[in-house]
Amino acid sequence: MAEAVDLKAIGTRPVRPDGIEKVTGRAAFGADLHLPNMLHGKVLRSPYAHARIKSVDLTRARAAEGVLAAISGADFPGNASDLGKNVIARDKVLYHGHAVAAVAAKTQLQADVALDLIEVEYEVLEPVMSLDQAMAEGATLVNETQHTNGDTSKPPSNVAATQRFERGDLEAGFAQADVIVEGEYRVPMAHQGYIEPHACTATVNEDGKATVWCCTQGHFDVRSLTAQVLGERVGNIKVIPSEIGGGFGGKTTIYLEPLAVKMSQMTGRPVKMTMSREDVFRATGPTSGTWCKAKIGAKKDGTFTAASAWLAYEAGAFPGAPIGPGCMSVLAPYEVPNLVIEGNDVLVNKPKVCAYRAPGAPQSMHAMECAIDELARKLDMDPIDLRLKNAAGEGTVAPYGPRFPAIGLRECLEAAKVHPNYLAPVPEGGGRGVAVGFWFNIGMQSSAEVRIAEDGMVTVMEGSPDIGGSRASMALMAAETLGVPYDQVKAHVGDTESTGFCNVTGGSRTTFATGMAVIQACEDIIAQCRQRAALTWDLDEEQVDWVDGEAVPKPGVNADVNPLSLANIARGAGRTGGPLLGRASLNAQGAGASFSCNFTDTKVDTETGKVDVLSFTAVQDAGRAIHPSYVEGQMQGGAVQGIGWALNEEYIYDADGVMENAGFLDYRVPVASDMPMIDTEIIEVPNPFHPYGVRGVGETPIVAPLAAVSNAVRDQLGFRIPDLPLSPPRVLEAIDEREG
Amino acid sequence: MSKVHVSTTINGDSVEFLCEPHQSLLDVLRDELGLTGTKEGCATGDCGACSVMIDGRLVCSCLMLGVEAAGVDVTTIEGIAGPDGLHVIQEKYLEHAALQCGICTPGFIVATKALLDKNPDPDETTIRYWLAGNLCRCTGYDKIVRAVQDAAQNLAYEA
Repeated sequence: MAEAVDLKAIGTRPVRPDGIEKVTGRAAFGADLHLPNMLHGKVLRSPYAHARIKSVDLTRARAAEGVLAAISGADFPGNASDLGKNVIARDKVLYHGHAVAAVAAKTQLQADVALDLIEVEYEVLEPVMSLDQAMAEGATLVNETQHTNGDTSKPPSNVAATQRFERGDLEAGFAQADVIVEGEYRVPMAHQGYIEPHACTATVNEDGKATVWCCTQGHFDVRSLTAQVLGERVGNIKVIPSEIGGGFGGKTTIYLEPLAVKMSQMTGRPVKMTMSREDVFRATGPTSGTWCKAKIGAKKDGTFTAASAWLAYEAGAFPGAPIGPGCMSVLAPYEVPNLVIEGNDVLVNKPKVCAYRAPGAPQSMHAMECAIDELARKLDMDPIDLRLKNAAGEGTVAPYGPRFPAIGLRECLEAAKVHPNYLAPVPEGGGRGVAVGFWFNIGMQSSAEVRIAEDGMVTVMEGSPDIGGSRASMALMAAETLGVPYDQVKAHVGDTESTGFCNVTGGSRTTFATGMAVIQACEDIIAQCRQRAALTWDLDEEQVDWVDGEAVPKPGVNADVNPLSLANIARGAGRTGGPLLGRASLNAQGAGASFSCNFTDTKVDTETGKVDVLSFTAVQDAGRAIHPSYVEGQMQGGAVQGIGWALNEEYIYDADGVMENAGFLDYRVPVASDMPMIDTEIIEVPNPFHPYGVRGVGETPIVAPLAAVSNAVRDQLGFRIPDLPLSPPRVLEAIDEREG
Repeated sequence: MSKVHVSTTINGDSVEFLCEPHQSLLDVLRDELGLTGTKEGCATGDCGACSVMIDGRLVCSCLMLGVEAAGVDVTTIEGIAGPDGLHVIQEKYLEHAALQCGICTPGFIVATKALLDKNPDPDETTIRYWLAGNLCRCTGYDKIVRAVQDAAQNLAYEA
């Protein structure tokens, strides 16, 4: 573990390797590819939230001018997986916007015209649009064959799965408490809101080999998932990741790719498909709307004695709500001797949820962090002090099982407590809210290759799509390990055939896990360089050291030689065994949990209900900040997404299950004029399982803002509005009700 | 429907193109002229990813027809850097790490150029309101605002 060694590259803030392409418009994103003879593919989407498909007639569409292919679920024979049914509906449509058919035509206009000619007969069913409705006795079933946890001895249910963590004796714990707080909190379905709509282009050769260009967080997943839906061999599909215009978890699955490949197979021409913004809202992404009950008890001195959480998450049309992470996170920051945590994965007629930045954690932690805020008020304790009193630390057993190694929660809380923004008085007439965030972070599989050119230039090739500057962090870690300047290293993301397998960019794993592969590949280079130098100098490998980018004889070794740089060795590589090529592949273990403490000052305009964020401070343990600017950027961006969710963002449905705000005009994400500067403080408690101490930073930042904002509004108003978003209508209604 | 012949100026070059009467300027730039630096985020004028300047004025190219480009002066992201290298605005976006994924960046840089051409010394509030038509989902705007402030200062020194 390289803690506190003199770091030269790590911790600096150089320009990212892909920067110039991105500020000049040269970077090619998902929709930027144009191929000769390319067709334009479009999708016909369900106008109903819940209906049985009686028939799909493509005859007229197929005959329309310029149309070369038209397909429906019938073109994908065999037993469809949930993924396959989400890509294109079979017997039922399960949400407004569910794909039913697709066409490929010579122009976009011709494709649009053809969609109007597709005739679909539906038997409309009652849509299931809320958790209350879905979980009620005798509810209409989204899927008639869904049994909770697969238990067919019980009747079918919209509750697809449940999860439970338990410790100690809950009743006894609450009996020991002097103060108990209990509340119910709802968080709406929200979208990741990446600015780049999904896009892909597929071309299938006469030998059946397909190439897919697309914007994705994981092109190896696109390859395997597309193969699965098409019943193809993985080896027949090559996926080239474009630059990706945001994902936040929402680009970890597939929607268009099998349709584009299928229609390219049928026509022998490339097929390009892009989603409209409306498609993106209606058919991709969102994260679960939730209904959470939180209860927590403490002694007079603030010591927690017991806590419980009951969590229900909307899965959308297919199982898979993030109840696991929701349950794992809800009490992870604290020592709680007695607890019960229950999660429910609930089907509703809304789009199938996809990962969204710390999936599941913001919702459950919003509930518990609001309850803890109320507890602090009842105990008349500072909210940071109450959290410090119960903070998890090294050795704490997490509610989900493992014992934490060194973690930085306490350090975050202590830094927040003495932050100038916290020491400053609460602005006149406003309120202040505090909350804690958590994400466990993940490891998983990564590969990396490091190649040394004749002049010593270093090329890092890896397979984790760069969603926010990871090529810069890879290059920095390579430069640090090899002992060469950052400018000597270029990092690239390869396609599925030019680089080794990497799992998806997600779970805050890239800098941790792919970074570890890059470091090991560099160590492989160093080992080879020592060997080559030893050969050149007629020494044993053990007699050669690698210091500051050069091979040197170890102290005490009697050799009158000049040091050999990477460039020296690379130039002579032909004489010492051939080109320098280092590689590593791994399944990274030891991802380090990341904690944060956020606080914010807000002011509610009691005339309009509008909440202004006056200041926002994010303190987070990064383990080690490889490129501090991009760590701050993650913290700031996550904070603003969380603030947006807290204040305005929500899926609004009409009585028929049609989303009413499927556009950026009405689904209101924060704009520059809504926000103050976001103050950040990076804490570095190194992860003992990463060579440089990296934990991963991307997800934790979105977790705490929901409750921090709610707690600040509570502080000003003097009463709690338990549900989000705290949009002007909701806040105004709450104020009016209160004032009678 | 027959195509329309349009003569215009793009980034200082005289350009002629044929387009369908219904095609937006954004689609013409991207699909007919290969200028894919201008991005589509919504096609409804809500996100600013397609920002261009028309005779120096900031416009969403998705809200303008290609045929309306006749006789005007269009500036896209491809026209911001000069033969001597990056524009100060581009340099400052890079230095301040004012981009993460980069999809909104061309629109922000064009919008920043339009702002600083008009108001070389904007305060933070002016910057935030001027850029309120451009959505960024990655940065939370902090580093973008700082990049614009720094670019304004540097341009002031140069002037």
